[in-house]
Amino acid sequence: MARRPAFLWAVGLIGVAVLMVSLSIAVSVGAVSIPLETVWGIMMHKIAPGSVAAEWSVGREAIVWDIRLPRAILACLVGAGLATVGASLQAVTRNPLADPHLLGISAGAAFGAILALLHTGLFIGLLTVPLLAFGGSLGATLIVLAVSQFASATSADRLVLAGVAVSFIVMSAANVLIFLGDPRATHTVVFWMLGGLGLAQWDQLAYPAVVLLCCGAYLWLKSGILNVMTVGDETATTLGIPVARFRLTVFVIGALITGVMVAFSGIIGFVGLMIPHIVRLLVGGDYRRLLPICALGGAVFLVWADIIARTIMAPDDMPIGIVTGLIGGVFFVWLLRRRLG
Amino acid sequence: MKAAELEVAGVSWAPTKSAESVLHPTSFRIAPGRVLGVVGPNGAGKSTLLRLLYRFQRPKTGHVRVGGQDIWALSARGAARRIAAVLQEQASAFGLTAREIVRLGRTPHHSGFAASGAGDDAVIDRVMGALSLHPLADRDFGTLSGGERQRVMVARALAQEPQVLILDEPTNHLDVRNQLEVVSLIQTLGLTIVVSLHDLNMAIGVCDDVLVLKDGHPQGFGPPQTLLSDGLVSDTFRVDARRDHLARSGAAHFSFSLPKKTGPTL
Repeated sequence: MARRPAFLWAVGLIGVAVLMVSLSIAVSVGAVSIPLETVWGIMMHKIAPGSVAAEWSVGREAIVWDIRLPRAILACLVGAGLATVGASLQAVTRNPLADPHLLGISAGAAFGAILALLHTGLFIGLLTVPLLAFGGSLGATLIVLAVSQFASATSADRLVLAGVAVSFIVMSAANVLIFLGDPRATHTVVFWMLGGLGLAQWDQLAYPAVVLLCCGAYLWLKSGILNVMTVGDETATTLGIPVARFRLTVFVIGALITGVMVAFSGIIGFVGLMIPHIVRLLVGGDYRRLLPICALGGAVFLVWADIIARTIMAPDDMPIGIVTGLIGGVFFVWLLRRRLG
Repeated sequence: MKAAELEVAGVSWAPTKSAESVLHPTSFRIAPGRVLGVVGPNGAGKSTLLRLLYRFQRPKTGHVRVGGQDIWALSARGAARRIAAVLQEQASAFGLTAREIVRLGRTPHHSGFAASGAGDDAVIDRVMGALSLHPLADRDFGTLSGGERQRVMVARALAQEPQVLILDEPTNHLDVRNQLEVVSLIQTLGLTIVVSLHDLNMAIGVCDDVLVLKDGHPQGFGPPQTLLSDGLVSDTFRVDARRDHLARSGAAHFSFSLPKKTGPTL
């Protein structure tokens, strides 16, 4: 297998290049198609004013800079975040099917966000939704861990089953909140729950960006321990790792990332399941390499999923959760076949 | 790698404070470099005892000392630099290569994210060479055969550079050839070793000392040639055991049959 450093650098550099091109295309494509030169020109102009002559209309500049670019960047952050969480949870649950969506963490985040949007109001300003979403995802995570303890089901498969069970219960509770909420607002909330990046704005991108950077860096620093966790709890213990504490930490970090991402993008499933699998085939299982390439892969994937969601029923936006769910479901079937074969 | 003395003094264990003990007070002492076999029927408490030795569970009573130091007075990492374990759990779905698995053994020698140094690579190369694993180095662990996996897991434990090595049923699910390879490997390591075994004849061949467990009670401890009598083995395993000597090699060899009167109690 080609896992030499040169190969890895190549994968990383190609990944970054693909991400840049994807971003440009994402900004260029839409109801108003904007040529790539103009896209790059506007970006150059915004980053280093005066470096290029402004030969475009103010309207186009607004579409590129105020609408499409923040949306594409949000897609990158959410994709990178969910893929990183998925990969990390897979190690600590020792289950290649672990994913924030399947484990009920996303449902918890949705519950918290709906609570904020329909019932409590934004009592601490813009931070209300992400904070309550994090509270919800953390709550759901702890319930999943408690249920798996209660059912003495700490084995890897059972943990995922506990997650699925909790996911259903929390989703029902979230639906009750929608049912009890103001009917005029429910349309927006239901649409948001299906997943969408249309609300992206520059001044809000800082939250997911900071959370992703800090949590992602922490997980990457711990990648050696994530590697050990894939072998088993007892072996990890004999290697000097405080297994229960580390697993809890990773779950809390996963809840934090997932909570913030769900608050800004709704529920987007299967990214955390799919991307790590594909990346493993490409660069192998060592988390030192896996995590950064997963982040890249998740970002590219979600940028493209959003391009599809925006263009397939143009000029309407289709919820991006539908696109990722469709691709993810097919991928799941492929995975089943591969594992059985 | 330097072997250390392992001393077990009155250790017992129960799942909770009020629950009945799964392992009753057990004591023994193994000199550096000797091989102890732990034998007994299913559910006798072999795995429980081993878990106490590799510091996965804290004993209800008693102490485990390696080189004179209580393992619970050491940090988890400190203990991991003295005791390594080869267990039956194995990852396969995560795409790590054989060499990456072996590298995991260096974990307790790192602090924080100290990137693996040249020292690590030297150790990894040495243990992989000792177990002839170099040809498999870049193979995905999940694609290896049972015997190859076991060798990788042993190499992983050796990369810890431990003083004491604990092996839980290392010959399970292996074919005859691989069983023999694992056993002959154990004898050459020069570490203090505790190994749980199902096969009594293998225990006689491999171990310097044997500990017999039944229902969580130690039944005896000593060199297999003197300890393992027809009576003790028959009683422990609820079979009729007869110890013979093989015609060609003269080695002691047990043969077993079901007791006549009681018959199968299914």
